[in-house]
Amino acid sequence: MTEILPPLLPLAVGVPLLLAALGVALRKKRLARHIISLGTLAALFVFAVLLVIATGDGTVLVHQVGLWDYGVSIPFVVDALSALVLMIMSVLAIASVLFAMATHEARARFFHPFVLVLMAGVSGALMTGDIFNLFVFIEVMLLPSYGLLAMMGAKLGAHGARIYVSVNLLASTLLLVGIALVYATAGTVNLAELHGAGKEDPAVALAGGVVLSAIAIKAAVVPVHGWLTRTYAMTSPAVTALFSGIHTKVAIYVIYRIYSLLFDGDERFLWVALVITSATMLIGVLGAVGEKTTRSILVFHMISQIGYILIGVGLFTLLGLTAAIFYLLHHMIVKASLFLSTGAIEETYGTGEIDKLGGMLKREPLIAVTFMVAALSLAGLPPFSGFVAKFAIIQATLAESHYWVAAVAVVVSVFTLLSMLKIWTGVFMGSEPDDLQERALTYQQRMHGKRYLRVQAQAETPTLTIGPPTATTSAVLAGKQAVKVPFKLIFPAILLAAITLFFGLGAELLMGWSETAAENLLNPMDYVRAVSGA
Amino acid sequence: MSIAIAVGLLTAAAVYLFMQRGMVRIVLGFVLASHAANLVFFAAGNTAYRGVPYIGSGELGEQADPLPQAFVLTAIVIAFSITMFMVTLAITTTTDDDTEDVEVSPALLLAADRGDTNDAGYFGLTTESGDIVVDRGEDETGDPWPEKPSGTGMASGVENSDPAAPSAATPDAEASQAETTREGETR
Repeated sequence: MTEILPPLLPLAVGVPLLLAALGVALRKKRLARHIISLGTLAALFVFAVLLVIATGDGTVLVHQVGLWDYGVSIPFVVDALSALVLMIMSVLAIASVLFAMATHEARARFFHPFVLVLMAGVSGALMTGDIFNLFVFIEVMLLPSYGLLAMMGAKLGAHGARIYVSVNLLASTLLLVGIALVYATAGTVNLAELHGAGKEDPAVALAGGVVLSAIAIKAAVVPVHGWLTRTYAMTSPAVTALFSGIHTKVAIYVIYRIYSLLFDGDERFLWVALVITSATMLIGVLGAVGEKTTRSILVFHMISQIGYILIGVGLFTLLGLTAAIFYLLHHMIVKASLFLSTGAIEETYGTGEIDKLGGMLKREPLIAVTFMVAALSLAGLPPFSGFVAKFAIIQATLAESHYWVAAVAVVVSVFTLLSMLKIWTGVFMGSEPDDLQERALTYQQRMHGKRYLRVQAQAETPTLTIGPPTATTSAVLAGKQAVKVPFKLIFPAILLAAITLFFGLGAELLMGWSETAAENLLNPMDYVRAVSGA
Repeated sequence: MSIAIAVGLLTAAAVYLFMQRGMVRIVLGFVLASHAANLVFFAAGNTAYRGVPYIGSGELGEQADPLPQAFVLTAIVIAFSITMFMVTLAITTTTDDDTEDVEVSPALLLAADRGDTNDAGYFGLTTESGDIVVDRGEDETGDPWPEKPSGTGMASGVENSDPAAPSAATPDAEASQAETTREGETR
């Protein structure tokens, strides 16, 4: 399999791009767009699984695009880390697209093509072995995101989109300057050729520092995290879930990759990473305290979790990197699950404000359970994957005698749990607000128009979902029947919550993969040898 | 030296423009910033070498480095497309290009007082008084959705409870409805 797969690597970029164009062309065929989108994402997932299997023993797959020689070519490189991240990201994309189809966002002509271009950029950014191409693929990933954010954030005004585009363009410009400086000082942009350059030459290290700073903005690391909370809460839940699992996480992947290759895990700079990650953990979780909506609380927690994931860079030991990669994969799933389960409530009841919700445990027990599973996993309680992830991280910091980092990690976990309890008591417990039903109906009407309201007249308790109107619509609109979250809105969150439970109970499997990925990062010579063919 | 000065000046001007409130000025700032980044690339390729970079066309020591020029070409295209998108965001989405928050933007407050909620319509989602029409498709029987809500089976009480609900009798609403449909077709 290691012979067949490498020439197929560029297809992971090319096929989604091509099918995105096809999706735009099929303007009247909504069903065809749904099928193309889900089919491509499923195929990408299968491809990523094959890559995970092929790289499971530490093999590095390389394809020199155009069959040019090493040094001239722009290689596509896949090791265990990129394969794992691609696999989880394609799962997240599928879950988010299913959610968007349930909320009817995916009916918009450009939704599916945007998602496909986004995934093409993700595949490219994860696989490319060239730092300038990395910039290009990050832009390929960002351009459709601007469209998605603006399109789905239309109901909330353009300010989120404006901040998002401005910050990302600033970071991209800085990244471009950093790459120019790397080229000026090291004379190449090939990651394999750059191996260790930052350790030997302070000038290259400085240029690499500019690159890492630019990527840190995209990863929303404190102190450059402010844009995240102001934009992710400003779009629809489906898009927030998609972005949460992809954008900042690709940036984190790039930080790991560059620090492993360009800096060769240089120990002189590790304390910087530890200080920054501790601040990120703490400030993220404290920021969540003052927030009033479920989504903005979750976004602040995202920042705090990014701190946990980047502890691995600050340790750069086998244990630390393994724990961090495990944490990264676990976090992508859990966070998206939380965004989707609270998003299902938001999309149905028209608000994510904790004060305006309540009593959902009785009304929507399935969402309550799904949320609880993901929330406990996020806070790090057994038997979910979060427990294993946090335990491993803290163990790794203790092994390196960084007691204060471990202390911060533990304290932040407690705050995370408190925040999750705040959402739990506010949204799921307590009594139902009197105007819940009325607000839900008003919202449904505003969002979907009367044409899309449908009543499912099932037996005794008809429920209101989105769809074409029927004769009994009036009964629900008059407030006689209960509004309920349709199952298709809950399903994506359940899917992801099930995965976190699976990786919690079967942590051995994911831990083994993470360890392979960590070994690859720790010994970048395998990567260099595979690319150079030496 | 001249490139270093140019990069410094461009960056200073860009930072000054970033600090302004108007979106168009911020966009202009980004135009200058991307020029600065491109000049850094040229400097990285060493501007002293200016020969044609083809093999066999001259002394190797005189040929220009083609790689930074390829980089700059790529970067220009990307920066240009994003700039166009930002200009679009500056003019289409709100009634002015002020980047202040929604709550404090006087222009938006005025627009809200007028009941003008057309601010948010673009990209397949058209809001008119809060109604978002997503890609008018067909219903389960294959017929296209009716142009206007038929009114059958709808409780009028709830319809009026939404303050922003469109009044079908208003000529304005009908006109904008027609416009929406036309837009949807040309897209």
